[in-house]
Formats: sequence, structure tokens, C-alpha cells
Amino acid sequence: MSLSEKITELQAAGAAAANAAANSAELEEVRVQYLGRRAELPNLLRGVAELPPAERGAVGKAANEARKALEALIDQRAGRLAIEELEARLEQDRVDVTLPADPLPAVGRLHLITQTWREIEDIFLGLGYRVAEGPEVESVYYNFDALNHEATHPARAWTDTFYLSDEVLLRTHTSPMQVRSMEQQRPPIYIIVPGRVYRRDSDVTHTPQFHQVEGLAIDENITLADLKGTLQTFARAIFGPERNIRLRPHFFPFTEPSVEVDVSCFNCSGGVTAAGERCSICKGTGWLEILGSGMVDPNVLHFVKDSGYDPELVQGFAFGMGIERIAMLKYGVTDLRLLYDNDIRFLEQFA
Amino acid sequence: MRVPLEWLHDYVEPHMDAHTLAQRLAQTGTEVERIEHHGVRGGENFVIGHVLTRQKHPDADRLSVCMVDVGGSAPAQIVCGAPNVAAGLTVAVARPGAVMPDGTRLGRAKLRGIESEGMILSERELQVSEEHNGIMVLDVDHAPGTPLLDVLNVATDVLVLEITPNRPDCLGIYGVAREVAAATGAPLKPAPWEQDPGSFGELDGVQVAIEAEPHLCPRFTARIFDNVTVGESPLWMKARLMAAGQRPISNVVDVTNYVMLLSGQPMHAFDLDRVAGRRLTVRRARAQEQVQTLDEQTRTLDEQMLVIEDADGPTSIAGVMGGARSEVSDATTTLLSEVATWNGPNIQRTSLRLALRSEASGRFEKGLQPEQALWAQALATRLLIDLCGATVRPGTVDLGGPGPQPATIRLRDARIAGLLGMEIPRERTRRHLQAIGFLTVDAADGLDVTVPDFRRSDITREADLIEEVARLDGVDNLPATLPASANTERGLTARQRQRRRAADALAAQGLHEIIGWSFTSPELAQRLRLSDPAPALTLANPMSSEHSQLRAVLLGSLLDVAQRNRARGATRIALFESGRVYHHDQPAQLAPERLAREPHHIAAILAGPLRNATWREQQPRHADFFAAKGVLAALLSTLGIDWQVGERLGGFLHPGRSAQVLVGGEPVGWIGEIHPNVAANWDFEDTVAGFELELSALPLPGVPSFQDVGSFPEVHEDLAVVVAEQVTAGELVEVVRAAGRPLLAGAEVFDVYRDSARLGEGHKSLAVRLDYRAADRTLTDAEVMAQRQRIINAVQQQLDGRVRGGG
Ligand SMILES: [Zn+2]
Repeated sequence: MSLSEKITELQAAGAAAANAAANSAELEEVRVQYLGRRAELPNLLRGVAELPPAERGAVGKAANEARKALEALIDQRAGRLAIEELEARLEQDRVDVTLPADPLPAVGRLHLITQTWREIEDIFLGLGYRVAEGPEVESVYYNFDALNHEATHPARAWTDTFYLSDEVLLRTHTSPMQVRSMEQQRPPIYIIVPGRVYRRDSDVTHTPQFHQVEGLAIDENITLADLKGTLQTFARAIFGPERNIRLRPHFFPFTEPSVEVDVSCFNCSGGVTAAGERCSICKGTGWLEILGSGMVDPNVLHFVKDSGYDPELVQGFAFGMGIERIAMLKYGVTDLRLLYDNDIRFLEQFA
Repeated sequence: MRVPLEWLHDYVEPHMDAHTLAQRLAQTGTEVERIEHHGVRGGENFVIGHVLTRQKHPDADRLSVCMVDVGGSAPAQIVCGAPNVAAGLTVAVARPGAVMPDGTRLGRAKLRGIESEGMILSERELQVSEEHNGIMVLDVDHAPGTPLLDVLNVATDVLVLEITPNRPDCLGIYGVAREVAAATGAPLKPAPWEQDPGSFGELDGVQVAIEAEPHLCPRFTARIFDNVTVGESPLWMKARLMAAGQRPISNVVDVTNYVMLLSGQPMHAFDLDRVAGRRLTVRRARAQEQVQTLDEQTRTLDEQMLVIEDADGPTSIAGVMGGARSEVSDATTTLLSEVATWNGPNIQRTSLRLALRSEASGRFEKGLQPEQALWAQALATRLLIDLCGATVRPGTVDLGGPGPQPATIRLRDARIAGLLGMEIPRERTRRHLQAIGFLTVDAADGLDVTVPDFRRSDITREADLIEEVARLDGVDNLPATLPASANTERGLTARQRQRRRAADALAAQGLHEIIGWSFTSPELAQRLRLSDPAPALTLANPMSSEHSQLRAVLLGSLLDVAQRNRARGATRIALFESGRVYHHDQPAQLAPERLAREPHHIAAILAGPLRNATWREQQPRHADFFAAKGVLAALLSTLGIDWQVGERLGGFLHPGRSAQVLVGGEPVGWIGEIHPNVAANWDFEDTVAGFELELSALPLPGVPSFQDVGSFPEVHEDLAVVVAEQVTAGELVEVVRAAGRPLLAGAEVFDVYRDSARLGEGHKSLAVRLDYRAADRTLTDAEVMAQRQRIINAVQQQLDGRVRGGG
């Protein structure tokens, strides 16, 4: 057998063995047998040196090519086997994917009041308002006098309002920031004022501390219709695009005209639920009272006339709503006091 | 304010059911709290009966068996228990099927064996009065079988209104009728006081003097009535009073109540023969002066309060309650009717101080107008003549007289449109204003509007008129528009954004946010073992002592909430609060110009396992100092704030496991484990760790400038240093960082190792991970070696540390 024939035969045998190898280990044996240190093919290459010079070139080349071809074939085969073997191994490596996570993801919640607070803020930020903040320990002047409350207004009574001294109290609403803000900023002004407020009241529907959001918009041509549009936008953003609002005339010392605003109940149609029962959320009226508002009373603007608020030149609206009330309505919380109990099982519910 | 519709219909008949009317009123600014029904329901089974015969029940002493003609072909047999039932009486009969005011449906019944086809009714059973000693006897001879409702007002819907403080004119039925007319378009009948049977001029028989200042008693009027017969009021009046919430007493007292309910103006009737000296004086009370009021209580007054006195002293507290001494009795024959106008705030104060509220004081404190006094005199005169057989003496005492001339205000068409955002034609404006009693005269740019006296205090400006027009035109018809412009500056402030990010960061660490009370207890400082607490801001009128101060820290609320949750079975506690606290350098100096400081704090506490146990981690690590530090680090890293721990603190904290939190070298709060004795005050036996920061004192994030970290590779290596036990990891890192400049980008301790045999007594090994980096080149080994050597030298020189192996 000529050397060339030998090379061809070895290559063919190696290729057959490689193709026959069932797994990586067997293939490694084939590699050692045909290409290893003591294998025939490399030996042939080493033996080329002993050939007559005329044959060396052709035989050497053939042997080298055969070796490379076999190497490539084995590498390729090895790659395929590795993939198959990995897949087979992964196939066996099964876990019970329904077992709980580990470590359990720690997911904290923002308090429902904070979530609602931000939701309200975001709506008005989108409408171009800024968020102003003011003191909770407030003077009688800003809380009552500058808001056109008569000296005998019942809310001033010590039975209704927390006092720290004759002239200092815990603000009973976020409205004191109306005058404070106007003192600081000339018109136009568009602000909301979220924050804590306090009233001496404690029963099923009252807590001595609660949260309000005040709104104030003063400019040259602001109208009651603008108030309606603004609050309608708000009500739809909070309670859903199908909602309507209804304005009812009312009385507040610091707005004139004053209106209370109802939003159409999201739980029923005209007071009757889909199940045909009287709606418990709106008590069958089809409307939910959500806030008080009105056009800022000229008397209030008089307090800040020096800051550019001449009632003949500028006008605007103000509104005030309770964050707890909005939260309770929106999330169906039935007892106000749950919001201040801070039971973890309650807090966890609101993602 | 209770408005029986049956009564209202005397003055306006809107021809709509109570619910529709209530809605209409709500849309025009009169809030209807609820609609009630008074009296019988469905009138068909209530009829007039004539008692034909009465016989004693054979088996019951107190019962009678009556044959009653109820209009049918045969008389009805009715068993009756009233002692006053007798043949010949005209009575009210409820037939089987009748629904009584309390909702029960009458059936046929057998009483002691005798069939009864219905019931002869008492006044109480019909809610005409509280009389139940006998049956109600109708003194008019109506035909048997006549429906009772045709004869007597024993069924009506009642609107319960909430009258806003600016509308004292609506505290009477006629005032409400005016609103109803304006709201519905139904015509309003003339006021019931327009025909006055009395006369004016001097009145003989009584002397009246007002010693109090005129603003306290703007008007005082009186009339005298002779030949008064005190007795019962007619049934229709009793039924109205009951429906309006007033118990009938006697015809004279009932007339005064009826007048008040109809006109809104309270009045008082004196038995003139019991007015000592036949003179009345209005004056301020003397300090500690005592008066016995109608309810037989002795009241102690002060100098701000007004009394009406006769020659023997005070007989009543003006505007609040009459006295017992000159009260009308069955024997009264001569009557003085007193109708006065009092100062609203003054009456409000008196009634608050004496804790004495009456229908009268409730109306006076809203501020009635002087003109209303004569409405009441006219009404009372008519009723006393008609119902009590009285004759009125000529003349009227009238001190003070009517109020100032009504104001006339220009109402500009353009201003209405400008304020409302909707044009209202002038004719409509005029119609609305006239409907509620305003006079209008055309002007060039609108209307000149004259305010009626009964709205004098409420309507003083153009804006007030616009409100009237808007509410009657229907604010609900306004278009919904948005303001044309808005602020030039937009969005949250940096501080507000920081507050949101802080809360988000803690929630992301698995902590739940709580909202605690701003109120706290004076004992909190003691429970927290604060040795030298800052003086707290204290409420003058707290609702309870545990809520009598304003909180100066958030930790108290967090511990309270944690305790409550633990008691309910929560083992893992991870809570935070973000909110204000309240400080003042000198609370005694609190004043409008020196209000509180209200910094915004953020605080967290951890207790129990840090994670819930799982199938792979049965025993999760429990909260401790380092767990709290991890949460704090995550918070401050989110906010982009460099910080260090400072001195250990103690006090309410564990002395060995607590520290100040320093930002820019300044303390901004604390971190640590709560002292076990303090934690025990909140029932915690395990470790409670946490922190509290003054969030509003933290720096606001700047804009970070870009650093190239990707172009050239970093070199990492570890360095183990043996130092004395008292050298802290923080000190080591600080020395390493200083010596590592400029190539050292980061240094973090990742291992602490103690072995006295190998390291020496009182020594420990701290392993530090070092990261070297340059923004402009790949570092060479030589560069890194040189930098490392500088670090090693610094550690040796400054901390007496030696490098152990490695590197
Ligand atoms: Zn509903």
C-alpha cells in the first residue's frame, strides 16, 4: 500500500469513527486515536522527512490536509455533540417553578393617602399648576381673618379648632395658603396646596387630623366656567373618563359665588347598581359630593391688593377637597379610621 | 329647618313631588338634608265618624263598644279604650287597612271577644300632639265617611333643610316659600303679615327702656292683648307645629312658636299681670348675676349678656330663654307680646357660654333684620285675636325702629358674563332678582338693584348679586372650559421631587409607609428616655392628654404603629414615615410672627426577620444595626448624597450600636438599635433598629457630571490589613482613599477576621477591595504597584497597620 493510499484510508477510517462516536467521551477517544501524539496520521507526517526528497512535498501535503480535514470534522462533530448533551442535561434539570421565590421579594407600599395625594398632584401638575406648601401651625389671621370669616364664625370656636394660643392654631384647612401664596407671588398664580389639616372632631366619619388639597387660580379672565372645566378634568382623571360633575350653589365665606361639586357615581347609574340594587356608595342619589369651591371673594383679594390682586383687574377660583374622602371613594374604603390605624395588612393592599 | 309641605303650600304651590322639589332647591342653593313624612300614610282608610252609641264592653271594664257611622250603609262596630268616647261625638276613625304614622297596618281585631272594625284615634296616634288620654274630638260637624285628610292636615312630607349661615331669611316658612317660588317659577302669595290688625303709636300699660347699647338691641317692640283665654290650640295648628318639630303647649305659647316658624322671627309672650311694676328694661347682666329660666335651671350670667328685667329683677335672658316668673299660665288674661332684634354674635356667645341653645337663639345668632320684628307682631296679633279671643290695645312700643335704607348696587351685564363665563340676558337677570324680592331699574350697562331689607347683611356687593343670578339661572348649565394660560414655571420643585424619591426608595427596600398622628403625648419624651427634651408645642384645647402635644420626632408614631402591628401578629416589621415634625425655640413665645419650624423628617424602623422565611431560608437574618444601615444607604444613595456615620449616641439608642448620620460633616439624624429598655416600653423584646433624618436639611441633588468608566479597564485587587481592634473600618477606608488618589476609584471593606494566635491579641484583619482606574489610559502594573505602596505606607504610618499576605 502506498503511503498516499494509507493516508486516504486513515482519513476515511477516522471520519467514520468520528461520525460513529455517540458522545463527547467516545469522540475524544477517536481524536486521540487518529490525531493524538502516538496516532498514525501525525506519525506519517513525522515520517515524511525520511522519504526521498521528490516524494516529500506531495505526501507531506496530502498527510497535512488529511489531518486538518479530520480535525475539522471532529471539532464540528464535538460541537454538535456538546449542544445535544447540554440540551439533554438541561432537560433533566427541572425545578418546581411553582415554589415561592427566594428570597421573597420585599415589596413596600406607599400609604394610600400618599398615593392619592400624588395622583391629585400629578393631575394638576399636568394642568400647569405648581405645588405650594404652608405652615400647619398657623395664625388666626391667615386661617380665618384673611379668608373673610366673621369674628363669630362657629369654626373659630375652641370646641371646633385646635389652638396653641389666642392667635395661633392648627390650620383647619389648606386655604390659609391662598393669601400666603398671593402675598409671595404676583398674578397670575396657579397652585395647589396639599397638606395636613386639623379639626376637633372624632367619630366614624371624622378624624382630628386629615389631609386636604387646596387649589387656587387667579388671572385676568378666569371664570366660573373655567372652574367647572378644571374640576371636570380632575374628576375624570381620578374617577374615570365617563364621569360627569354637577355644580350646586352653596355658601363659603371666602368664595362668591360658591359651589359644591358632585361627581357622578362610578358604582351605579342614577343610584341603581348593575344588579338592580340601591347603590350604597352614593346612597341611591347617583352623585358623590367631592369638594367645595367658588370664585375667590373680592374681600379675600383685598387682603393682597398690594401684591397686584385688584379685584377689578384679576379674578379666579379656589377649591378644596379632602384626600381621605377621594381615597375612600376611589378605593372603596369603608372606615376612615383604617387610614390612620396603619395595619400592615391594610397597607399591603394598595399596589 | 323643618318645612312641612302642607304648610308651605299656603304660600306657594309648585305642583311637584317632594323629591323633585328637593332637587330643584339643591340646584339653586338650598340644601335638603332629607325628606321625611309626618302623620298618616295614604289617607284612604282614615275617615270622619259619628259615634252613634257607646256601650260598656261585657268583659272589660275600661273598654267600650261603639257603633260608629263611617259613611257606609251600616255603622261600624269599634272597640275603644278612651274614657272620653261618647255618643254624638265627631271622631277620626282608622278603618282596617289603614297605615298608621309608625308604619303599622291596621287589621280587623277581636278585643276580649268583641270584633272591632277599626280604631277611634287619639291626637298622638295621628301625630297631631302628644295627647293620649282620650280620643281626638273634632269640633266641626263633618259628614260621616268624609276622608279625614279633607278635614285635617294629618299627612305631609317635610323637607329638612340645611340653611347656610348667610341666609337667616330662610329660617321661616315664608322665606323658604320665596326661595321655592324663585326656584320653580310658581307664584308667591303675599306675605301673611301684610294685613296687620294692630296699630302704631303710643301704647298704654307698660314702660320699656333699653339701657344696653343700641347695637346690642337694635329694635324692641311690644303690644298688649286683653281678654286672652288660654286653652288648647286648634287641631290644624297643633298638627303643623308637630310636623315642624314643636310640641304644642297652649294656644298662646303655640302662637309664639307658630309665628317664629312662619316668619323666622322669635318672640316672647309675658303675662303682663306678672310683670312687676309693668315695666321692662333691657340691660347688660351684672357679673355673676343669676336668672331662673323657663326650664327651671338657675343660670349665672356675665356682663356681656343681656337680660330683660322688671321691677323685681331679671325675668329672661334676652334672645335666649324666657324666665319662669312672668311665664304665661292658664290664668293669664293680659298678655304682652315682645318681639326684639338682638345682636347675632352677642347671642351666639351667650348661648355658647351658657350651653343653652333654643330655636330662638339659633335664629337670633344668625343676625335677623329689624324689619322682621313687625312681621312677627302683625302675625301674632292676627292669631291671638282669632285663636285666643284676645283684643289688641291700640299702639305699639317700638324702640330702635327699622334698619338703614336698603342699598342699591350696580350690576353690570359684562361683569356677570366675565365672572361666570356665560352670558345671561338682562331680562333673565331681572326676572331672577325680582323673584327673590329685589327691585331693579335699568342702567346703561346693567341694572341698578335695590336689596330687600331681609337680605341687607348678605348682599352688599356686585359679586353677591352675581351669585344670586348664577344660582337661580343654574350653575350647572355653565360650559366647561379651561383657563387659557397657566404658570410660567412648571413641575415639582427639587425639594418635592426629593421627597417623592425618598419615599419610593424606602418602599423599594420593602418598607411600608405609615401615616401617624401629628399629635403626641407629653409622656413620649419620658418613654423614649430623653434626658433633656426640647420643650414641645402644646395644644391649649387638646381632645385628650395623649394627643396634647405636637410631635417633635417621627419615632414615636412608628413605635406606636409597630407595637400595634406586633400585637396583631406581625413578626416582620419594616415601616417608614415621611412627614413633618414641629419645633419652636421657645414655645412660650409662639406668635403669628414667630410660628413653628416644621422640618420634614423621614424615619424607618425594622424589627423581626428581615425577610419572610422561605423553603430555602428557614431562618432569615433579623433586624439589627447593619440592616438599618443598608436601608439608609439605599435611601441616601438614591438621593445621590455622600454621608458618613459620626459619633455614637446612646440615650434612647443602644450605646454601642448607634451613630449620628453626617452629611457634609453636619449631623442630619441618627441610626441605630433602639435601647432595649426603650423598646420594651413598646413591648418589643427583640431588636428594633431604625433611623430618622431631617429630610428637608439634606442637600438637593446637583447635576452629576459624566465620568468615562468604559474606555479603559479597571484594575481590582484586595488588601488585607492587620490593625488594632479600636481602629474602625471607616478610619481605614478613609486613610486608604486619601493615599490612593488619584488612581484609586473605590475602596470597600469586605471581610473582618479575628485570630489572636495568628494576628496577635487585640488585633483584627480588615480586607479591603481596591479599584484603580484612569479615565485617559490603561494603567500599567508599575503605576498600580506604586499607588498600592503609597497606600500601604499610609496605613503603616497613620494606623500602625501591617499588610498581611495577598496582593
Ligand atoms: Zn352610586
